[in-house]
Amino acid sequence: MTEAKRGEGVTRSARDLCWNCQSEVGGEYFCPQCVKVQPASVWSDYFDVFGLPRKLGLDLEELQRRFYDWSRKFHPDLFQRATPEEQAISLENSALVNTAYRTLRDPIARVEYLIGLEEGAVKGIPPKAPLDLLEEMLLVQEALEGAKASALDAQTQKRLTDERARLAERRRAEEERLLDVSREWDALVEGSSAASRDRDDLRRKLLDRMKGILAVRAYLTTVINDLSDALGEDSQTHVSHRRH
Amino acid sequence: MSRIVGIDLGTTNSLVAYMEGGFPRVIPDAEGHVLLPSVVGFTADGILVGDAAKRQLVRNPTRTIYSVKRLMGKGYEDVKKELRYFPFHVVPSDEVVKIRVADREVTPPEVSALILRALKERAEAHLGLPVTKAVITVPAYFNDSQRQATKDAGRIAGLEVLRIVNEPTAASLAYGLHRLKEGTVAVYDLGGGTFDISILRVKDGIFEVLATNGNTHLGGDDFDRAVVDWLLADIKARHGADLRADLEALQELRLGAEAAKCRLSFEERTVLTIPLPQHGFTYRREISRAELETLIEPLVQQTLGPCRLALADAGLSANAVDEVVLVGGSTRVPLVKRRVQELFGKTPHSQLNPDEVVAVGAAVQADILAGGITNMLLLDVTPLSLGIETLGGVMSVLTPRNMTIPTSAKELFTTSVDGQTVVDMHVLQGERELVKDNRSLARFELSGIDPMPAGMPRIEVTFLIDANGILQVNARELRTGKAASIEVKPSYGLTDTEVERMIEESFVHAEEDVASRLLIEARNEADTVIRATERALGQGSGLIGQEETAQINGALAALKAARDGSDRDAIRAATERLNQATLHLAEVLMDSALKEALTAKRVTEALGKPER
Repeated sequence: MTEAKRGEGVTRSARDLCWNCQSEVGGEYFCPQCVKVQPASVWSDYFDVFGLPRKLGLDLEELQRRFYDWSRKFHPDLFQRATPEEQAISLENSALVNTAYRTLRDPIARVEYLIGLEEGAVKGIPPKAPLDLLEEMLLVQEALEGAKASALDAQTQKRLTDERARLAERRRAEEERLLDVSREWDALVEGSSAASRDRDDLRRKLLDRMKGILAVRAYLTTVINDLSDALGEDSQTHVSHRRH
Repeated sequence: MSRIVGIDLGTTNSLVAYMEGGFPRVIPDAEGHVLLPSVVGFTADGILVGDAAKRQLVRNPTRTIYSVKRLMGKGYEDVKKELRYFPFHVVPSDEVVKIRVADREVTPPEVSALILRALKERAEAHLGLPVTKAVITVPAYFNDSQRQATKDAGRIAGLEVLRIVNEPTAASLAYGLHRLKEGTVAVYDLGGGTFDISILRVKDGIFEVLATNGNTHLGGDDFDRAVVDWLLADIKARHGADLRADLEALQELRLGAEAAKCRLSFEERTVLTIPLPQHGFTYRREISRAELETLIEPLVQQTLGPCRLALADAGLSANAVDEVVLVGGSTRVPLVKRRVQELFGKTPHSQLNPDEVVAVGAAVQADILAGGITNMLLLDVTPLSLGIETLGGVMSVLTPRNMTIPTSAKELFTTSVDGQTVVDMHVLQGERELVKDNRSLARFELSGIDPMPAGMPRIEVTFLIDANGILQVNARELRTGKAASIEVKPSYGLTDTEVERMIEESFVHAEEDVASRLLIEARNEADTVIRATERALGQGSGLIGQEETAQINGALAALKAARDGSDRDAIRAATERLNQATLHLAEVLMDSALKEALTAKRVTEALGKPER
C-alpha cells in the first residue's frame, strides 16, 4: 500500500511565482524577493529531492549530508516564529524530505520505490512462495497449525526454531541476489552503448527479477513472523524487516 | 518577548528550566528546591501541589493523586490492573480515565495541569515576567493519545505548548551543549514510571534519532511496588497482619520502600522502621542491597529487550555505540548501571544530574525555537507505526515506526454503497498485525461527500505526524478539490470542547485564596511533626528522662490544639517549639541502635520524610 504511494512519486506542479509576493522564484526554495520559504513541489521524485540519478547504488554518507542540508533549511523548528503559511510549507517540505531520505537510505525500500517509479502505481508486491521450497513450506504450515492447537513440546520448538533460522538465512541470500540485480540495473542506467530496444528489454527483465525477489522475500518474512508468533516470541524484531 | 521555558513533567517529580545567556538554569522554588513532587492534594480548603501535597499523602490518601502520568491518555480498561496500587478512586468507564475526588471527577490532564500551573507560577516568580509558552517533555515511547493529553494539560494550565519533546532526546541536547562528541549515542532513560531507550547519531550539530523504544509503564514506581509486595508478605508472615486494604499503612510502606531503595544505592544495607500503631506494633526490617536486587532484577531485565530492539532498528550492534548516557532518577540504582554497562560494553555517562538533565534539554529546545541556539537541530522519530483498520480487522501500516518526523502519508478512500455521504476511518498505533492488538487512537468521520455511485468518490486523506509526534489528519475530495470535513473522536482523549471547558474552570479555581492555602500547608507541616514525634516517643521514650518526656508531651498537646485552630502563625510557632523540644530525643535516637535507620538530625527529617 505504501509502495503504491511511493510509486506516485512527488506531484509535479508549476512553481514559478512566490505564493507570498508573486515575484519570480525561478526554482529557488526561498523567494529572492521576500525570503519566504517555497513549497518543494518541483521535485519529480525522491532521487530528485537529493539531486541524485535514479540509481540503486548510493553513497550513504553523501545522502546523509544532503539530508542534513535540507533539514537545516526546512525543519519546523526554524519556522516557529514565522507565519502559519510558512509553517505549513515547512512542515510539508520536511515531511517530504524525511520520507525521501528514509526510503532511499533503506536498500529494500529503495528498490520497491524504484519499481513503483518505473512501472507507475503498483499496489504492493504480493508475497509468493519460492518454488523450490513449496514442499518444505507445506510442512511448516502443518507444524504451525499444530502449534496453534496445543502447547509446543521441546522437539517441535527446536524444529520451528531451526526452520526459522534456515528461512532467515534464505532471506539474506535473496537480499544478496537483489544487490546483484541492483548493480546490473545501475550498469544499464549508466551505459549508453546498447541499442534502445535491447535496453528496454533488459530493463523490463531486471525489474521483473527485482519484483520476483521482493515477492519471495515478503513471503519468507511472513513465515518467519508466523514462526516467531508460534514460538511465543515478540515478533517486533522481525516485523521491522517488512519495511527494510 | 516572553520567555519560553522547558518543563520536565515527570511521574515522580517535575522541573522547570530556561536558558540565560547560553547557559541552562533550573528554577528553584522559594526554599531552593528544584524538584516539585508530581503530587496533587485536594482538601476541603483548596488544592495543594508538590511537597505540601506529598506530606498529606498518608493522612489523606484517597484525595491525594500521585504518578498521574501513568494514567495520561489512557482508558479505564488500560489501567484497571494497577489500580490496587493507587489509593485514589478511578471511576470505571469505557472512556478516558477519570479520578473521583470527593464530589468531583477530574481527568489526568487536569491534574497534570495543576502541576504545570505550579511550575508556571514558580518560573514567573523567579523571572519576574509572565510565562505563557513552554516546551514540555514526554517519554519517547508515548503514543499519540498520551502526547495529546500532555498538550491538553499545558493548555488547561494556560501554557501554549510550542513543542512536545522526547525525554531521552532532550537529555542528549543537554549533553550536547558541552560534553557530547560526534558519534553514536544511546540514551537510557529510566524514570519514576517510564522507560525509554533512544539511539542517536550526532554530527555537525544535527541530533538525528535513529531509533527509539521503551515501555511507558516501567520505572522506579515498579521497583517500589516490588519491595512493598515483599514487605506485605513479610509482615503477614511475621506479624500475622494483612495490610493490603489499609490505605494509610500502604502509603507508609510505599514511602518507606522508596526511601530504602534510594539509600541502598549508596549503602549495602538499611533498616526500614514503620510504626503501625493501629495494628499495635512497629514493623522493623533490615534489607540488603542484594535482596533489593533480587526483587528488581526481573524489572531491570525488562528494559534490555527494548534496548536490543532499538539497536536492531537502528541497524547497529551494541558495541557500535560510542557513548551511553544515563537519564532518570532510577539509573542511580547500581544494578541498573551494571546491566546497562554489560549490554553496551562500556561505562555509561552520568555527569549531568539525572533528575535535571531532561528539563535542561527542554530549555535548550525552547532556546532553539526562540532562535537563540542556531547550531543545533533535533531530528526525532515517531516511536510507533501508524495505520488504519482495513477489512478483516487487520491494521494497514501508513507510517512505520522510527520514521523521522515530521512525516506524512496519503491514502485514497472511497464509498462502498451508492449515495454514501460519510466514510469512517479507524486510526491505530502499534506493531501488531491485528487491530485488536494495537492502540486505538481515534475514529475519524469524513462527511459532506456528494452522493455518487459506490466507488466513485475519491477522497485523499493525508496523515501527517508533526514534529511533536502528534497526528494531524486532512482530507479532500480529488474530483472537486474541496476539503472534506473531518470529525475526530479520540478513543482515550478529550475533545476540544472538553479542553475549552477545563480551561475556563481552571481560571475559576486559580482564584483560590492564598491565605487558606498557606494555612493548609502549616497544618500539614504540623501533622508531619506530630506524627514524627509520636513515632519517636514510641521508639525512644525509654532513652530519655521523665521530665523531658513530659516537656515533649506538653509541646505536642500545644501543637495539636493550635493545629485545630485557624491561626497560621500560631501553628507555625507551636510547630517550631515542638521541633526544638525533640532535638535531644532525635540525637539520642541517632546514637542508639537505630542509628543506621536515621540519617538526619531532627526527628522530622529522620522519620517524617524519606531521604531523596
